[in-house]
Amino acid sequence: MTESTTWAGTDVAALQRQADRRHRWGRFGLYAGAILFAFLAAFPFSWALISMFKESNDLYVKENNPFWFNESPTLEHLRLLFLETNYLTFIRNTVLVGLAVTAITLAVSLPAAYALARLRLRWGERMGIAIFLVYLIPPTLLFIPMTRVITSLGLQESLLSLILVYPTITIPISSWLLMGFFKGIPMDIEEQAMVDGHSRMGAIARVVLPLMFPGIIAVVVFAFTLASHEFIYALAFNKSSAVKTIATGVPTELVRGDVFFWQSLQGAVIMIAVPIALLFNAFLDRFISGFTMGAVKG
Amino acid sequence: MTSTTRQPRYLGDNPRFLAGLFMSPAVIYIIALVGFPFVLAIIYAFTDISTGNPDLEFVGLATFRRVLADPVFRDSLWNTFLFAVVANVLVVILATALAEILIRDFKGKWLVRFLVLLPWVAPVSLATITWLWTLDSIFSPIDWLLRQAGLITENMYWLGRPGTAMTSVIAVQAWRIVPLAAVIVLAGLIAIPKDITDAVAVDGAGFWRRMFQVTIPLLAPIIAVAVLFGVILTISDMSVVYVLTRGGPTNSTQVLSTWAFIKGIEGGALAQGAAVALFLLPVLIGITAVVLRLARRREVL
Amino acid sequence: MPFSTTGGDRVWSAAGDPHSAIVAVVEVRDLRKEFGEVVAVDGVDLRSEEGEFLVLLGPSGCGKTTLLRMIAGLEQPTEGEIRIGGEDVSRLPPRARRIAMVFQSYALYPHMTVANNIAFPLKAQGMDPEARNEKVEWAAGLFGIEGLLQRRPRQLSGGERQRVALARALVREPTVFLLDEPLSNLDAKLRAAARDDLMEFQRRIGITTIYVTHDQVEAMGMGDRIAVMDHGRIRQLGTPEEVYHHPADVFVAQFLGSPPMNLLETPGFLFGFRPEQFLPEGVAADEGTRVPFTFHVNRIEYLGSERFLYGFIREYDETRVIAMLPATVTLPISIDQDHKFSVAKDQLRFFDYDDGAKIAPQPLMR
Repeated sequence: MTESTTWAGTDVAALQRQADRRHRWGRFGLYAGAILFAFLAAFPFSWALISMFKESNDLYVKENNPFWFNESPTLEHLRLLFLETNYLTFIRNTVLVGLAVTAITLAVSLPAAYALARLRLRWGERMGIAIFLVYLIPPTLLFIPMTRVITSLGLQESLLSLILVYPTITIPISSWLLMGFFKGIPMDIEEQAMVDGHSRMGAIARVVLPLMFPGIIAVVVFAFTLASHEFIYALAFNKSSAVKTIATGVPTELVRGDVFFWQSLQGAVIMIAVPIALLFNAFLDRFISGFTMGAVKG
Repeated sequence: MTSTTRQPRYLGDNPRFLAGLFMSPAVIYIIALVGFPFVLAIIYAFTDISTGNPDLEFVGLATFRRVLADPVFRDSLWNTFLFAVVANVLVVILATALAEILIRDFKGKWLVRFLVLLPWVAPVSLATITWLWTLDSIFSPIDWLLRQAGLITENMYWLGRPGTAMTSVIAVQAWRIVPLAAVIVLAGLIAIPKDITDAVAVDGAGFWRRMFQVTIPLLAPIIAVAVLFGVILTISDMSVVYVLTRGGPTNSTQVLSTWAFIKGIEGGALAQGAAVALFLLPVLIGITAVVLRLARRREVL
Repeated sequence: MPFSTTGGDRVWSAAGDPHSAIVAVVEVRDLRKEFGEVVAVDGVDLRSEEGEFLVLLGPSGCGKTTLLRMIAGLEQPTEGEIRIGGEDVSRLPPRARRIAMVFQSYALYPHMTVANNIAFPLKAQGMDPEARNEKVEWAAGLFGIEGLLQRRPRQLSGGERQRVALARALVREPTVFLLDEPLSNLDAKLRAAARDDLMEFQRRIGITTIYVTHDQVEAMGMGDRIAVMDHGRIRQLGTPEEVYHHPADVFVAQFLGSPPMNLLETPGFLFGFRPEQFLPEGVAADEGTRVPFTFHVNRIEYLGSERFLYGFIREYDETRVIAMLPATVTLPISIDQDHKFSVAKDQLRFFDYDDGAKIAPQPLMR
């Protein structure tokens, strides 16, 4: 190959070797990092997954290899979990709360978000920010007076307390999120429907709401996430087993005296965490685009 | 649409009427169930209300004085600050690294993404339970590994000693927030125009230069959003501490949220609980100021 | 392969600047790129001349940008070889290829000043700050943007952004210059000025330039040679005159020219002619060598400088054709009537009936 001034004084083969080496290190670092993160994230869950199938006289021996089934695995702890504890009640409660919170949130947030996005309110911009700021007031600040409010309404020890209070968290964030989605729908479409003879309400119902489906899904996801995650209100309002959600029921009820049912407890976690993680994984790309949309348009 | 002087014929077509109609449920809900309790929280802090004595009797700053005099409260305040700062420094570093990994293509990415998301999507109290068991005083598999490796002979009693208990609480907080922060940063990475990434490659910047001179400066606003969520989650959350240590051993991991709960709900001292929780307010106002700044900066960019 | 370096002594700046351009030949052999099932570039062979302005022209999705990105090293070819200055660079990363690239959006770093934008590639090379500043000032001087060095990209106009992008590309003294539709983000008025800028700069520097566009006016006006691409292949490589007047196949004939070449079908082959060659009887001088047609005019468009006549030719299955008459032809033409039109014999182009490739002139059966 003839030397040329382009490469005068340069060893192209060496450049190539350097590039290849960097590429190999880059790939190595990528896989090493990915494996490390996956390991760190999943470690306690993998321990939970193993524990839930272990016999007690295998698990509770200090010198036994914890990552190995020294005795054959058993489904006894899962049976116990489903049949002899209130686990299914907690799940049912969580779902009920999630459904009710979704309904209230949508009923309140959709109109508010529409008004903020479309109706050119004089205070629209500030109102949007104010609504988002409400989201920054955490339950920690409010749970003590809130407990009094709930008690004076006679709602303590009932799912209604959570159904009433959770929308205070979901409404601000959903209004803000839905505002982004509304802004993502071209005004033209709505105006076209109004020109075609629909009233504004008709245009919203027939043309805009169907396009809001992804936003509505986001609200559903958010409401159910809250219902299954929220701890402080649920712990403060409801103390009897029949009205606990999974977040408070599992850690406080699966105890006999001072002793945890460790295997059943870990089973309870895995049976909830894995399906939710699968669901989120399926929606992650949607979620990311929704987030950037809210951030860009909001 | 219509001239400004004439009102539209149908109320439903009047934007101002609609705006009021559409906004009012949200505004009423928030005022009744956020605004009112918020005011109540402040009022409580100036009374000595308790479950035994439910009358609102103003005592001025007496409650605050009692709270402040309590060494557990001062520890809680310090711990809240420490946990939030250390956990979020970890979160920023790890989340940025994780987002850099997740934006690339590699074999098994689906599985990695699934596993990495677990700490965030699992309900916090349940995820914390797996750690409670992982850090068990007798049967901790971590201790077993360390014993097998010959690094320790006695168990660590992770949650039984102040130093390791604090480390554990911070680590678990960071562990569960990293996925959320990583997803936020990932969204920011995806939003960087492809032309910019290509230009960096053509301009000859290596990994570290790209990272620190282009990617991170461009992502600064979105990383700030991630930190914001992280800080709010760490300072206001009580489930990790409550499930893991209940503030122990001997209040060494007590934070404002758990202390307010223990005082106010479990102990029935509503006024003191409210006063403790109110100390979160300045932090939240600070964060709010940052948010507003960011919101304004984004418009300029 | 013999490789001469006559361009190597050229001086970059007319003002006796000491920086001299090294000019490299870009050569691509049997290059192929697949994205899953989709073949974006399908076996392309291409060789630039030294210091040439080579345009890759084609409709969107024809593979021109993918080809450019493979030359830059931003995409890995599935097969084939890329040579710059005689060396195989197929597996080198972009930064090692001695190329510069200007992107469609200009890709200026929004958080850096103009000066830092231009200095960025030099920092990546590890150049010391003093030499770097000197270089930045030199590059800024080349494009007359010295006054903008402390601004940020968002404070610049479209034309200024282009100059900054060019300065940033040039500051490393690349041997090849790659441009990906750099004018498409500018509005029409700015675009003409930016094009002048770009041409003027390229002539002055004399650097080998590969320019991707879908705009045939840009391609015809700027390119020394044009590679017309479609479906991942180069359909024709030639000067603007060659690709316009002697299209290699039916695709090139119809892609270039606005309106495109008229194509007529006759047993055994296709033939065509440009709308501006289709003139009414009595207008053209060389009556003896012209081929007459009966043109039925349906519709006339007056565009000021010319007239478009839409209609069909009676002899050839009433195929739709367009005639373009310059304003200098004032002959009245009436709608819905037959007119005697003709085309000079040497302006007729012939194509194979099956694969559309150019063939030798054929006798037209009357």
